[in-house]
Amino acid sequence: MSTHAPVRENPTAAGGEPPAAAVVDLAGVQYRFGSGTGLVDLDLSVRRGSITVMVGPNGAGKTTALRIITGALAPQSGSARVFGLDPGGADGEQVRRRCGVVAAKPALYDRLTGRDNLRYAAELFGLGRHADVEEAAARFGIDRSLDLRVAGYSTGMKTRLALARAVLHSPDLLLLDEPTSGLDPESSHAVLGLVREMAAEGATVVMSTHLLLEAEGLADQVVMMENGTTVMAGSTEDLMRRYWPRPVVRFGAEDAPRLDALAGMEGVVGYHRNGAGADVELDDLARVPGLIAALAGAGVRLTAVTPHERSLEELYLRVRQR
Amino acid sequence: MNPRHMNRSRMWAVARNDLRQLGHSPDFWAPMLVLAALFFVIIPTVLLLTITNIGNVGTVRNVSAALDLLPQAAQEQIRGDNPADRTGYALAVYLFAPMAVIVPMTISTAVGANALVGEKEKGTGEFLAHSPASEREIYLGKLIASLLPGYLTTLIGFGLYSLAVNLIVGPNVGGWFFPTGAWWVLMLWVVPPFLAITLSVVLRLSARVKSAAAAQQASGLVTLPLIMLSYAQSTGGLLGAGNAGFWVGLAAWTAAAFGLMRGAHAVTRPRLLGIDS
Repeated sequence: MSTHAPVRENPTAAGGEPPAAAVVDLAGVQYRFGSGTGLVDLDLSVRRGSITVMVGPNGAGKTTALRIITGALAPQSGSARVFGLDPGGADGEQVRRRCGVVAAKPALYDRLTGRDNLRYAAELFGLGRHADVEEAAARFGIDRSLDLRVAGYSTGMKTRLALARAVLHSPDLLLLDEPTSGLDPESSHAVLGLVREMAAEGATVVMSTHLLLEAEGLADQVVMMENGTTVMAGSTEDLMRRYWPRPVVRFGAEDAPRLDALAGMEGVVGYHRNGAGADVELDDLARVPGLIAALAGAGVRLTAVTPHERSLEELYLRVRQR
Repeated sequence: MNPRHMNRSRMWAVARNDLRQLGHSPDFWAPMLVLAALFFVIIPTVLLLTITNIGNVGTVRNVSAALDLLPQAAQEQIRGDNPADRTGYALAVYLFAPMAVIVPMTISTAVGANALVGEKEKGTGEFLAHSPASEREIYLGKLIASLLPGYLTTLIGFGLYSLAVNLIVGPNVGGWFFPTGAWWVLMLWVVPPFLAITLSVVLRLSARVKSAAAAQQASGLVTLPLIMLSYAQSTGGLLGAGNAGFWVGLAAWTAAAFGLMRGAHAVTRPRLLGIDS
């Protein structure tokens, strides 16, 4: 009974700023692998100082999109601009100097110590051999393990070291590829703390994740990807409004099947019974008192009437089920 | 910014990082040291001691007779008053020359084969691909890191070899005689370009294959003819008259320059990420 607007949106930067203010601007980007899809006509705009979270199933193109942003991969067609520069072409070095990347795997040199790994990054990013690696390590609580070989680090410690390496040069754009995957709660918390901290300091953050709960509390912009392209993009609230433009109220009753009477009542545009209750989509929230009165008049004993806040996870699953 | 611009400090950073990892891998460098010791010290010392001590027996006379096959210019250089001394001198100066090529090539090939594919296998190629380092800086850094262990081992081995032959053969041929001029040319002018040629091939392979094992196998096959060629050319450089060594080296440097220019294109960011391109 529910009806929804088409979900192939034209993504814009969160907050509706013009593309000129975008740090990342991908337009119609295509990248095909020999055997796989990669990216197909990907549009993505990321506003300066915002947190963008890309969500999508494995193979959606999230990692490829991050690689296009740093210029590690050049688009086969379409255009990629980062800081107004061409990352996959002549401006690659300039772009990458301003990016900090944490890959899905920590990409650390296991035979070397944490300190060696940070020093190497400092040298490649032009900080010299005497960069303050201690401070970067202390920020993530691994300063006391700096002189141990990385091979002996736990997964959480490796991620923290990768994070310390990514922020060593104070990047303007932080790119994180599923950074909390496989982490204990403490390390996940550290990662999310960093993301908020970096954004508060004015950096732009783009991260991919499978954990929608993380995205919901963190993102200024959520980008849902599937098969190498953007399915939806916008702030969480925007997406909810676009997908579910009308309010939903959850009714509970002692005899739930009797709630089915709601389906034919005036103002009800969507009805879905689940277990001991029903989610009712209304054209206007002001209809609620009338509906309660009608149900009470029909002898239905209500146990709960609450506005239902949709979660990003629900939205994601609904979009995926299309 | 000029994309052709090269940042030397980044290139050296790549090289240092690889060398540091090598330093932390005794399972790798210990066998290489044994190889170098075997070729530069143990085998020559045992052979030369045997020849100089057993005197004018049949075997020595036979080897000495074989020296007649050497070019006239080389024969004129051989010192010594008896067959044992002449044989010792000839072995030290002419016949052990190929080891100066085989040892660095073996070591550098082993290091170079793993240089790029190792980054892919360990996932650290992702870090390099997202770093500001250019493909050329990464390539040259890897080249240096592959070349130095082999060449430095060879120089040290060469020093020890010089000491051994001077101590064993020197007293019989009128004092310290080694290295000869031709050996200096070999070590400083001929060996480096042959190493570079080999590494240009090995690094290209390392950039293209999918595993370190495949890189080692392919490198072994590809470098075998190169080792034979350099073996022949080095010996020819030592035995040939006049400036033979110089010309061999010049030809090798030309080939090396060409090989290295071609090899630099093998390193691409997609390949560092493990994506065929």
